[in-house]
Amino acid sequence: MILVIDFFKTLLLTSRDLLPIVLLFGFFQLVVIRQPVPNLARILVGSLYVLIGLTLFLTGLEDALFPLGKIMAEQLTHPDLLGNGSAVLDLTDWKSYGWIYLFAATIGFATTIAEPSLIAVAFKAREVSGGAISEWGLRITVAIGVAFGISLGAFRIVTGTPLYLYIMAGYMIVIIQTFFAPKTLIPLAYDSGGVTTSTVTVPIVAALGLGLSAAVPGRNPAIDGFGLIAFASLFPIITVLAYAQCAQWLSTRALMKPRKEK
Amino acid sequence: MKMAPFLLNSKTISFVLGKLRQSATDLLPIVLVIAFFQLVVIRQPLPQLGEMLFGALLVLIGLSMFIQGLEMALFPIGENMAYALSRKGSLFWLMLFAFSLGFSTTVAEPALIAIAKEAAQIAMEGGLLADDPKTMASYAFGLRMTVAFSVGFAILLGVLRILLNWPIHYLIIGGYILVMLITTIAPAEIVGIAYDAGGVTTSTITVPLVTALGVGLATVIRGRNPLLDGFGLIAFASLLPMMFVMGYGVVVFGI
Repeated sequence: MILVIDFFKTLLLTSRDLLPIVLLFGFFQLVVIRQPVPNLARILVGSLYVLIGLTLFLTGLEDALFPLGKIMAEQLTHPDLLGNGSAVLDLTDWKSYGWIYLFAATIGFATTIAEPSLIAVAFKAREVSGGAISEWGLRITVAIGVAFGISLGAFRIVTGTPLYLYIMAGYMIVIIQTFFAPKTLIPLAYDSGGVTTSTVTVPIVAALGLGLSAAVPGRNPAIDGFGLIAFASLFPIITVLAYAQCAQWLSTRALMKPRKEK
Repeated sequence: MKMAPFLLNSKTISFVLGKLRQSATDLLPIVLVIAFFQLVVIRQPLPQLGEMLFGALLVLIGLSMFIQGLEMALFPIGENMAYALSRKGSLFWLMLFAFSLGFSTTVAEPALIAIAKEAAQIAMEGGLLADDPKTMASYAFGLRMTVAFSVGFAILLGVLRILLNWPIHYLIIGGYILVMLITTIAPAEIVGIAYDAGGVTTSTITVPLVTALGVGLATVIRGRNPLLDGFGLIAFASLLPMMFVMGYGVVVFGI
């Protein structure tokens, strides 16, 4: 019964998300473009799929995954588990949090793989590149970036070092990479930063940030709990650019080799 | 074209099963991570296992349907709009469309509303804002409008870039340098939120639409490469909110 109520609540919320888009497209079709829409029936059926699909997806997440993710974040940051039974545990020592970094990295990776907006962008990238960019290659590269970013973000919360230092260092790396990376992949790499953090990743990562900053002595959840999302949207840019550089390096090496042998 | 999505013949069934298997692959890593940490590290019984499995089933079906709808509706809508507006040849309507798409999809975003409220709370605790519901509400509202405006402006700027063939990396690097400079003068209470605001603005429905719009425009306009010029709109939409939110902090609180 609760599930049914949840479903309709989410349906209402998703409809509200879709409403501005429907109004905007309706206005432009009727007032500005004034031409029949090709495949209108197909688009309408597809929109219904989006509405119902997203609603089921979100209802399921809120019912199953988010509570579990939050419970796990709480349990993992609980001093009993961190101490692993031993009485003496220095909670200010960053080395006490091994499981947290592993959890941050793996859950960041896993939620990014399931992120619908990343699936959409990877699909388009493969289509546009004529298959040169593989969907799974891009998604796994981005997910590795998020995994690294979130565990580094967890490290930052534990050590209490200022956020902007990390972000600035990350920007520096991106700027340097931009000069050396193949031009065609740069826009896609920049985009992959923004798409990683939506429906699936944000709630679990936010719970991890808040739980962790509450557990570490001297951290304020209101200030230190933020910033994990920023990490998750910066590091995929670095990994995608690095992937592009590696691919370019490998292909030029493959081109050079036969020439040398001659 | 005839639409019979629920017709039960063997072709439909194998199509649906294929879609479900694809989504199951997408969700498998989450299941593995949770199972590993539950069984190896936490070692405590799972609360409400049955309900959780049912939720996972909903997630699976929902993701499959959404991806199907993506190919049937969201991508074609974005592309059709790009074709129709560029055929019309009116810069004004294209710019208006780009801005409204960014603004309207962001302004009512629940994640943004939640973050704006939290930001007001933090500013109040930091002593920057009077502890009074009216002041806090107007601060949160201003923040929301700032973010929505910045996303609208970002899509507009990204479309303009595709039209005028500006190189994206100079714009983005310039943006990064600006973000770094504003960070040094912005109040500490707003920096973390500003950085996160860049990530939360792009929702699951907006991303496919905006991507299709960019790729569509880069396909129609002569001399543009869809891969090189079509992407990049999302990048602007996650960069500009950071700048604008910190700018808002500087304007409201002073340096």
